[in-house]
Amino acid sequence: MDQASRMTPPQTRGTRLLRKLAGHRAVWPLLALAVILIVDGFVAPGFFTIRIVEGRLFGSLIDILYRAVPTALLALGMAVVIGTKGIDLSVGSVIAVVGATIAWRIHEGDPHFVILLVALGVGLLCGIWNGFLVAVLDIQPIIATLILMVSGRGIGLMINLIYGGTNPSFESPLLQGLSVGHLGLIPTRLILGAAIFAVLWLLIRRTALGLFLEAVGGNAAAADLAGINARLIKYSAYLISGVCAGWAGIILTADTHTSDPVSVALYSELDAILAVVIGGGSLAGGRIYLGMTLIGVLVIQALTTSILTSGLPPEYNLLVKAVVVLFVLLLQSNNFRKAVFSLFRRGTARRGRP
Amino acid sequence: MGEATNPRIELLGVSKTFPGVRALEKVDLRLRAGEVHALLGENGAGKSTLIKIMTGALRADEGEIRLDGRPVEIRTTGDAQALGISTVYQEVNLVPTMSVTKNLTLGRQPLRFGLISWRSASALARQRLRRLNLDIDVERQLGSYSVAIQQLVAIARALEDDTRVLVLDEPTASLDANETNLLFQIVRDLKSHGIAIVFITHFIDQVYEISDRISVLRNGRLVGEALTAELPRLQLISMMLGRALGHVEEQAKAKARAGKTEAAPVLEARQLGRRRTMAPFDLSLRPGEVVGLSGLLGSGRTETAKLMFGAIHPDSGQVQLEGRPVLRNSPRHSLRNGIVLCPEDRKAEGLIGELSVRENIVLALQTKRGWLHRLPLDEQNRLAEEMIKALDIDTPDADKPVGQLSGGNQQKVVLARALASRPKVLLLDEPTRGIDVGAHAEIVALIRRLCAEGLALLVASSELDELVAVSDRVAVLRDRNMVGEMAGDDITRENIIRTIAGGRSWTKPQE
Repeated sequence: MDQASRMTPPQTRGTRLLRKLAGHRAVWPLLALAVILIVDGFVAPGFFTIRIVEGRLFGSLIDILYRAVPTALLALGMAVVIGTKGIDLSVGSVIAVVGATIAWRIHEGDPHFVILLVALGVGLLCGIWNGFLVAVLDIQPIIATLILMVSGRGIGLMINLIYGGTNPSFESPLLQGLSVGHLGLIPTRLILGAAIFAVLWLLIRRTALGLFLEAVGGNAAAADLAGINARLIKYSAYLISGVCAGWAGIILTADTHTSDPVSVALYSELDAILAVVIGGGSLAGGRIYLGMTLIGVLVIQALTTSILTSGLPPEYNLLVKAVVVLFVLLLQSNNFRKAVFSLFRRGTARRGRP
Repeated sequence: MGEATNPRIELLGVSKTFPGVRALEKVDLRLRAGEVHALLGENGAGKSTLIKIMTGALRADEGEIRLDGRPVEIRTTGDAQALGISTVYQEVNLVPTMSVTKNLTLGRQPLRFGLISWRSASALARQRLRRLNLDIDVERQLGSYSVAIQQLVAIARALEDDTRVLVLDEPTASLDANETNLLFQIVRDLKSHGIAIVFITHFIDQVYEISDRISVLRNGRLVGEALTAELPRLQLISMMLGRALGHVEEQAKAKARAGKTEAAPVLEARQLGRRRTMAPFDLSLRPGEVVGLSGLLGSGRTETAKLMFGAIHPDSGQVQLEGRPVLRNSPRHSLRNGIVLCPEDRKAEGLIGELSVRENIVLALQTKRGWLHRLPLDEQNRLAEEMIKALDIDTPDADKPVGQLSGGNQQKVVLARALASRPKVLLLDEPTRGIDVGAHAEIVALIRRLCAEGLALLVASSELDELVAVSDRVAVLRDRNMVGEMAGDDITRENIIRTIAGGRSWTKPQE
């Protein structure tokens, strides 16, 4: 009895720390990522080994990062848009348009450096279109971006028709260098992704743009009275998202050496939204978590990769992914956590009784 | 204590802790049948928490609730309603886009052959309103009625045949004197039917007008309970504040009006107006001067301030800043020109709840600097700390989301944002709405200090005493027209009321 009472204080302090930790938004996504990786470690021997093969890094972890880059770019742009209480459903289709444009201009024989700029320009143009609908015409974001989501792949197919491209595949040292090449040991696209993240982070957190974006997303009327040009700020979010999708389009198109508007990056906008949400972003707007969004992307990509390496039939892929994502989101739900905590507490209380 | 009538409902030793805050500490509350019980306290005293526990919106950590002497358990709002405890919350919890009938019968529509019978629903709605002697078109959208009518509809919805306890959380906050009188008639009527009524308000006058008994909370504890007739005002206020009030009253009386009206106006409206919003008016604001804006609810106070700020686009007239016409009139340009507006509705137009106290405070200054010149974090923190201290904002730290602060502190954050941008002209729309006595006095004192430092101030307020106390000039509005202006010693309660009343037959709301 005496002993038991002496035991209690550290225990409660421990649980308090645990609860404080549980309340922090970064904990659950990181935990989920760790669990997925640890399970992988057991299922696939040598999962954590990173070797150097033919002068470049090789291994499952590198593979996860490598494959995550396009989704990460989309998700970063998406995080900014969602922070303004918006959504950008068109990013997958923007990739299709960018891909078709690249194939077309290569066919026309433009210098590849110009093509790179044109590709980014197409992304920006898509952002201008979305921003115009949302910020200027005040159309609800989900509908406004749905228009380009639906039409984008059609635009891609039409661009393919311009040059009669029955076989739109191409070779481009510059674009493929950016996508599948490597600088020293490291894949170029990782460096590219990191650079874009850094630029975006500086733009959001080292200028006041992030504060304005979050203010507009949190309460547009209040932001307006505080002197913020809410339209312009909203507009900028769609521009950022468009350019991010442009970069993702360059990487994916160069990766496949071809323009395939029908199936390139299919459903990738949904992965991007999911990554933002797993990273703790709320569709109600008001907060932008760039770093956590990357964790969200890694959760999704690690999951996909591990299903493939685990030897499960690929038919299970989507279902397993859905279940794990559901679990991560449940962990983030305050109500769910409270329910589980109280169950747990009741359980220990009963056990503790003599 | 008079134990003649047994308590209808008793809350005994109720405690509640939120993360980091002890909201209630062994509080007792006893409500007797047929009495109006005023529950008073400063912002954050624990009134809302106590009410939420009584109505099942929150559960107490410890303590007991007894209804007519029997211990009861209230786990959900449904339990509370089943026991006859009804609440009308501060913000009207109805759907403004639906008809009055739908609002009154939502969730309990009369069914006929398994389908909703709208005819009997309307009848039911009318019958509910008749209990409050209210005869309005129940098919009209609720939002098309005045806030006062909406408030009464909310009460009608809360009242059941078996209601034993009715909680009114700041029911008069947005009502004018006549509307308040109407509400009080209804409250007296309900009282005579033996309902125990909890009345929460910031208006001390109204406490003495309507309540039979007072309980005062401070920092989550019950400071005292007394019969209203036996509790002098000064004592009540010092109970609420926990300190003597002398200086507050002195401040309100001390008025320094030394030839300020000679200075050239900073901001001037010339025949500024907008159709169906506000008739064209002239108004000038001078440095070091407080101009009050008085008028009944809906007389155009907010519209006047917003027109001058550029939040409402005028269709006639112009605004002049330091003698030069302002070409582009918008919140953005106004802010750059050193004009700030603190809006009346802080939830909808003031605060950004997700953002921290610090971010909310620096927002306007940051807008002024532009997005490229981000205020360094040290500077932000310094500014936030300075404002938290200067306005006595009650928050554990500057990084707390502002949505988690109590109402009065949120209002101070809105004010802090305006001040942090170092304005030349400050337009305050209802700066003390929903604010307790202590914070009220602080804000009034602050207004005078700012004014002494050369700021030009416009204060739109529904509280006459406040306007009389702070204003050097008062512009009076009636039905969206500016009908008069007075200055100096002419500014009295009676004068303002007479001007508002104008040609119409008017009975003074009080006395």
